[in-house]
Amino acid sequence: MPPTSDTGAARATPAPARFANLGDRAWGWGISILGGTILVVAGLVLLELGRVARPAWEGMNVLRFLTSTDWDPVQEKFGALPFVYGTLVTSAVAILVALPVSVGLALFLSEMGPRRLRPPVAYAIEVLAAIPSVIYGLWGLFVLVPWLRGTLEPFLQGTLGFLPIFRGPMIGHGYLAGGLILALMILPTIASVTIEVLKTVPAALREGALALGATRWEAIRMAVLPYARPGILGATLLGLGRALGETMAVTMVIGNSPAISASLFAPGYTLPAVIANEFAEATGDVHIGALASLGLVLFGITLLLNAAARILISAVSRGTRGARA
Amino acid sequence: MNALRWRRFVNVFWTVVSGSAVLLALLPLVSLLWLVTSRGLPGLSASFFVNLPTPVGEPGGGVGNAIVGTFFMVGLASLMALPVGVGAGVFLAEKGEGVAGKAIRFTAEVLSGVPSIVVGIVAYGLIVAHMKRFSALAGGVALALIMIPSLARSTEDFIRLVPSALREASLALGVPGWKTSLRVIMPTALGGIVTAVLLAVARAAGETAPLLFTALNNQYWNLDPTQPTASLTVQIYNYAISPYEDWHEKAWTAALVLLLLVGLLNLTARFLSRNRLQGAPR
Repeated sequence: MPPTSDTGAARATPAPARFANLGDRAWGWGISILGGTILVVAGLVLLELGRVARPAWEGMNVLRFLTSTDWDPVQEKFGALPFVYGTLVTSAVAILVALPVSVGLALFLSEMGPRRLRPPVAYAIEVLAAIPSVIYGLWGLFVLVPWLRGTLEPFLQGTLGFLPIFRGPMIGHGYLAGGLILALMILPTIASVTIEVLKTVPAALREGALALGATRWEAIRMAVLPYARPGILGATLLGLGRALGETMAVTMVIGNSPAISASLFAPGYTLPAVIANEFAEATGDVHIGALASLGLVLFGITLLLNAAARILISAVSRGTRGARA
Repeated sequence: MNALRWRRFVNVFWTVVSGSAVLLALLPLVSLLWLVTSRGLPGLSASFFVNLPTPVGEPGGGVGNAIVGTFFMVGLASLMALPVGVGAGVFLAEKGEGVAGKAIRFTAEVLSGVPSIVVGIVAYGLIVAHMKRFSALAGGVALALIMIPSLARSTEDFIRLVPSALREASLALGVPGWKTSLRVIMPTALGGIVTAVLLAVARAAGETAPLLFTALNNQYWNLDPTQPTASLTVQIYNYAISPYEDWHEKAWTAALVLLLLVGLLNLTARFLSRNRLQGAPR
């Protein structure tokens, strides 16, 4: 309740004062309850996830669940490792590709490129972020996968084929396809947060470097990037969180085979993809429970990543406020 | 002098590298938009919007029921999410500085990062597991859970854009705090709040994963919240992963319809928020 209204009420006559206070109090309680609903939602998410997952926990060894590669719902054998592996590999590919591109894009937009280009490119990034994931999947399935099979994968094998990750049959569907489509999808997240972070870099730092005779790039490398680094790391973690949990587009291009392969060309599986594929037709409560347990693993990882990302990003913007004051 | 030339060269080099990052990011976007348009357009006709899906090989089928289903479930979700999400946003804007406010903001931010497939499991546990049946209601609950946290955060941001002088002036005139919020702050922020709502609706309309095992799918028209329901997104997915060329073309056309729907919502939201921000006193 704003203190101003209290002092205003104290000066008025008693009866309307009580009435005004009543209104303020009701409003305060009303919005507080609605605000508290967020906490209820968070509690509900955790509780229901646990409840659905529970039937699978009886006699389950968490370590075995996470390290076994045997996934056979009919025999009620549940090993999560192929899915965890696929999720990690595709997300790693996504970050490796998306991070340099997004940071380059953000630097061009906010530091190096012509001002005229900023609005249209910023708009294009917004469009990229707004496209539904199933449409990315459609494009991935009919454009990216054939292109990988026919062009990129033969090229990589021809030039870097001595690396185990570029060996094996080239079928298009696989970790590389999943990773690249994820890179495209998390690019707007990393780029837009990085642009926001670059905006919070104090102008004095940049101008100081330029005044000392630095070129634009030198100012960026020596003054801007060191300051923005924790924020860019936060942006990366946010992107990683999105990549880990992204479902449809990856499900459509990864090949959906519960195997572990060193080759990026091989088909694999991810945590969200197996949930999407098997949940509706699960064989029983234990199978559903095992899938929900995978969801719980995913939930835990993204929770930690998001929390860390928020803390890093707010640390950078708080630093600015201190510097400006 | 030579050193300076080298430094200038390095500067130009990195400018070119960062510029090509822009091209690299935009290339897939252009390819995607072009393909959805060029491959989706031939199948687009009035009957595509009103007909039921047909079996493979039978011409003239549409996605009418899926379009209705998407609107139906997003409508259900909005009924649940709008009061809560906007209300929580008002709370964060007005009382967000305390410990509770900070905790709730942090929770909302973290919640908006929870994968939508996980939210689907939650809605399954809340509704499907009890009703023993896939339903539009379960789909709506899943979408609502996705909308609430992001809606709360964006509503807060838009309310915070209202200049504090406006609130202070109102309070100085003796208007009670609640009336100031309701009659001065809210109307001023209305354009922004509508923007936040439209963006949340657009996002919900594009969700697929949480509907797969909550609303499932339906080959027929349905407006009963206790029955399985079709949606544009799930329909696109099913058509895309099918082995039939005929259905692939339908997936592209349905994708074009979805993209137009989401695009229209986003454009309206943008237009509203731009007008509002330009009109607001500084």
